[in-house]
Amino acid sequence: MSGENHVKKTAVFLALILGLTGMCSRASASPKVAKIGFALSMTGAAAAYGETQKNGSRLAIDEINARAGQEGIKITPVFEDDASQPQQGVNVFNRLLFADKVVIIIGPTLSNTAQVADRIAQGAGAPVLGISNTAKGITDIGDYIFRDSLTEMQVIPNTIRVVEKRFGIKKVALLYGNDDAFTKGGYDAFKKALGDSHIQILTEQSFAKGDRDFSAQLTEIRSLQPDALVVSALVEEASGIVSQARQLGIPASVPIIGGNGFNSPSLIKNAGKASENVIVGAAWNESSSNPLNQGFVRAYTAKFGAPPDQFAAQAYAAVYIVLDALKRAGSTDNRKALREALTRVGGLDTVLGKFSFTKGRDADYAPVVETVKDGAFTVFGQ
Amino acid sequence: MSVFLQQLINGFFIGSVYGLFAIGYTLVFGVLDILNLAHAAIFTLGGLSALWLTTTAGLPGWIAFPLATLFSGVLGLLLYRVAFAPLRRRADSNLSGLISSIAMAIVFESCALGIFGARTVRFPEGMFQNRVYHFQSITITSLQLEIVAVALGLMIVLSALLKYSRTGKAIRAVAESENTARLLGINVEWIVSQTFFVSSALGGAAGILYGLYFDALAPDMGRSIELKGLAVIILGGMGSIPGAILGGIAFGLSEVLTVELTGMSNLRDAVAFTVLLLILILKPSGLLGRGRARQA
Repeated sequence: MSGENHVKKTAVFLALILGLTGMCSRASASPKVAKIGFALSMTGAAAAYGETQKNGSRLAIDEINARAGQEGIKITPVFEDDASQPQQGVNVFNRLLFADKVVIIIGPTLSNTAQVADRIAQGAGAPVLGISNTAKGITDIGDYIFRDSLTEMQVIPNTIRVVEKRFGIKKVALLYGNDDAFTKGGYDAFKKALGDSHIQILTEQSFAKGDRDFSAQLTEIRSLQPDALVVSALVEEASGIVSQARQLGIPASVPIIGGNGFNSPSLIKNAGKASENVIVGAAWNESSSNPLNQGFVRAYTAKFGAPPDQFAAQAYAAVYIVLDALKRAGSTDNRKALREALTRVGGLDTVLGKFSFTKGRDADYAPVVETVKDGAFTVFGQ
Repeated sequence: MSVFLQQLINGFFIGSVYGLFAIGYTLVFGVLDILNLAHAAIFTLGGLSALWLTTTAGLPGWIAFPLATLFSGVLGLLLYRVAFAPLRRRADSNLSGLISSIAMAIVFESCALGIFGARTVRFPEGMFQNRVYHFQSITITSLQLEIVAVALGLMIVLSALLKYSRTGKAIRAVAESENTARLLGINVEWIVSQTFFVSSALGGAAGILYGLYFDALAPDMGRSIELKGLAVIILGGMGSIPGAILGGIAFGLSEVLTVELTGMSNLRDAVAFTVLLLILILKPSGLLGRGRARQA
């Protein structure tokens, strides 16, 4: 028994020495290299988002490293997979913060994971920049938690206002995913915005993550003859809802209105013709004439063989936001200085638009309303 | 009333796909008394390989779909060779086979993820002319009719094969007693492989139909149907082929009716599995009892 203990102690001691030497070698390395951790969902339910997020960040990092001479900063990314699960997110955060000793973590993909994992970074005094967390209360976790993703509460009221002005809708049906922080948050935002615009909600139908069959809910909705169908869903479910709605005979004159989850080329690809005239409130506008954005879309498409989606754009922007802060922080391994610098990011030109953080460390820039015309997103109004 | 009728139709269509998927499960179970938990992964790969054949290889549907079905059958042979055959002599082969089939399911799913990516994809639009029929306020598409026709057709063919063909009779003999079958000169190993081939081909076909019906193919699509398939064969009676069909349709109907009555889809699994529990308590052998596969 005591022999075993002895072995354990030796092991711990050795690990400590290894850790310390590791730290020393890192400290003596060139401070011009910033080590950034990425906690993304590469497998599991959110794998589709993690993939484009990784691509978007990869592209930004390659660009920055290619001209590090000018910026004076190189980025070493550490990509980890949180498997779309909060528990795995905790493991990944621990590893990134305490073993890899990254200066900031970008991610995690899902709000559910952020609710748990971000607390670890807050406790360790390391900044986190969320790129797709839109649920309420994420940045309230602490003063080290930032996000560049507009919340549904910021995007949706704008969408409803623009659509109401154009179509004069009076009564709508609401369909939402009720087992996910993002889609539930979207539902709350839609409900409030519809109430504020005095639009009647005829029925509220729900579905669960991973559902493929929406015919039951849509049949019910069809029988009530709403002016519009309002949907809070992630893109997988959104494509199914849109194509099944049209297949079941909900006429094309009834617009389908969605939130951030709809803003993905795969909606158009998977729902096909049914996606025409779908209206999407979004945090990123693919067709923006901003040269920075056009360059991004071109470079991304060339590199990965498919056009970027909003998640890729938010990840891409996040790397540049961190770079901007790093330049002003005066150090590439001081977490506290980086946090201070992040709070002062203001009016930064990004692919998302002129970007600032609010006092509450949320994203602050103008959302857009898009619609699908001839198989591509175009601006509907702002 | 018309809403209700439409819901019944919706449930019938999805139920027939569940039924086709469950037949593969129940066939292997009826013959070998083991659960093949990689069946859902084969279902996924069947759908995704059909997609690859139609898009990347550019084949028309009427060649691509049968090819993908055959490919799923071949995957079934591979699955049997790797996950089940080496364990057959062992005393605990039922349990170890179950576990190794889970391992194969993970391998298959990871392959799908690596080859096809995580995105949800669909068959190219306009591959089929999808006519929409309206009868008063009921809507049926030609695709739905084709799916039911294919599903029912495959079920009938399978039942006939089991009943009349030599291989079918041999499969039933092996199901009855492996040793007796061997004494009668039946090549048991060959028959078991055949069973896996047929079972997996049907699973792959179900994957193709599912992908066509919902316009959605993804490496994790099998997960949404895996447990349902198990529930369907228990509901219908383990090992019973007509039971699997009946169970599939009953399951599809219970799902849509739950949504129709409550407006919440989260409850549909709860209701479906509660019904399953009740049936197990009231009639432990399932709707059509056990062992029917042997009589087909």
